[in-house]
Amino acid sequence: MAGLRYEAPNTVDAAIGLLSEVAGAKVLAGGTDLLVQIREEMIDPDLIVDIKRIDETRRIEITPDYVKIGAAMTGAELGENEELAAMWPGVIEAVELIGSWQVQGRATIGGNLCNASPAADSVPAIIASGAKIVVAGPQGVREIPAEEFPKAPGRTALEANEFVVSLVLPVPPKRSGDAYLRFIPRTEMDIAVVGAGVSVSLNEDGTCASARVALGAVAPTALLVKDAIDALLGSKLDDVTLEKLDKAARDACNPIDDKRGTIEYRTKVAGVLVRRTAAIAWERAQKQNG
Amino acid sequence: MLGRGHKNKMAKHSVTTTINGDETEFNCDTHNTLMDVLRSELHMTGTKNGCGTGDCGACTVIMNGRSVNSCLVLGVEVDGAEIETVEGMAQGGTLHPLQQKFLDHAALQCGICTPGIITQAKAFLEKNPDPTETELRFGLAGNLCRCTGYDKIIRAVLDAAAEMRANK
Repeated sequence: MAGLRYEAPNTVDAAIGLLSEVAGAKVLAGGTDLLVQIREEMIDPDLIVDIKRIDETRRIEITPDYVKIGAAMTGAELGENEELAAMWPGVIEAVELIGSWQVQGRATIGGNLCNASPAADSVPAIIASGAKIVVAGPQGVREIPAEEFPKAPGRTALEANEFVVSLVLPVPPKRSGDAYLRFIPRTEMDIAVVGAGVSVSLNEDGTCASARVALGAVAPTALLVKDAIDALLGSKLDDVTLEKLDKAARDACNPIDDKRGTIEYRTKVAGVLVRRTAAIAWERAQKQNG
Repeated sequence: MLGRGHKNKMAKHSVTTTINGDETEFNCDTHNTLMDVLRSELHMTGTKNGCGTGDCGACTVIMNGRSVNSCLVLGVEVDGAEIETVEGMAQGGTLHPLQQKFLDHAALQCGICTPGIITQAKAFLEKNPDPTETELRFGLAGNLCRCTGYDKIIRAVLDAAAEMRANK
């Protein structure tokens, strides 16, 4: 049996070629999940394809029409990009919640998506932003709406020999804001009991023109919550709206019981957290006349 | 060493990197982490092996200016990188202020976590030279100590930070 191969191709096509060549080849970005899985013998690949030497995975492109984030950009790098943090503060605060400083130096936004943990911090915020996931494979390049990307714990919409190259976010219109909150029993270094991502755009009169609401850790995958969006549209986030939002979030929950929280507890926290997250997104939108 | 690597024929890589300012070459197999290479190949045992899964911070090194868990970096990945380890901190016989303050404040007992904490504190203070205690506690949240209870560590780092600012 041959040893574990490592390849670090420079192009998307070369990476697809390598992934197609060896069955069960694994993509390496930051390695904070992959290397742990290999160490703990959960997986046993014959080839690791490191995508960090592919230019498209390692840059942030901000244009008047869209924001493109390379899949292998780390949390620390994204947090230091002030222009990005001003446009999508909720996405950035979610990414920065992943792990310690040391993990932030390695863990990537694409890796957090592809690891497909139901409790992944960045995923609800990415879904709330309306991002599309740019995927390359033997059939070419396709874009997948972020909410359709996670399919089950540890499973994504990636087909054989595909990998995530980048994420494309819209440029938010005037009077827009987003936010992400997670609830954990500690203050740092823990896994979400509930995560909530909200993005809103307001009309000139302060009513909600568009909204997206996503929840994490309360179902097998992060969820886009349509009823919660409907509760917000046209509203000024008054008490009646907050009640509807709270109920919509609770109704969407399908959580597990575990040491971090019971089903009842996670469901209740989801309602509370989504209210708080919406309030922060609203406040940011009101300040954002840009 | 990750996974079943020891059972297999090795895929050898020749890697050139800079460690504490010195160009260094080593050979490694894909399964060898940077931590394995530092400790077993290069005999730089200041970097400690704690959990091996990125939870404890004992193996913290600075890679291209950012602190990382060296147990979560493959040796082959550091080709062309610049690595700083705890061995690079003292200048000749003079300890780095962080090292000296750990002694002055008795901020260690068994010492296994200490190199990782000192290395992380150095990386953290480079980004935030004048932190509040709360900021520092978040900055060191990825480093576990099972002996001291952290307060002495925090006092030592804050004191070192003050001295480093004064000496600038």
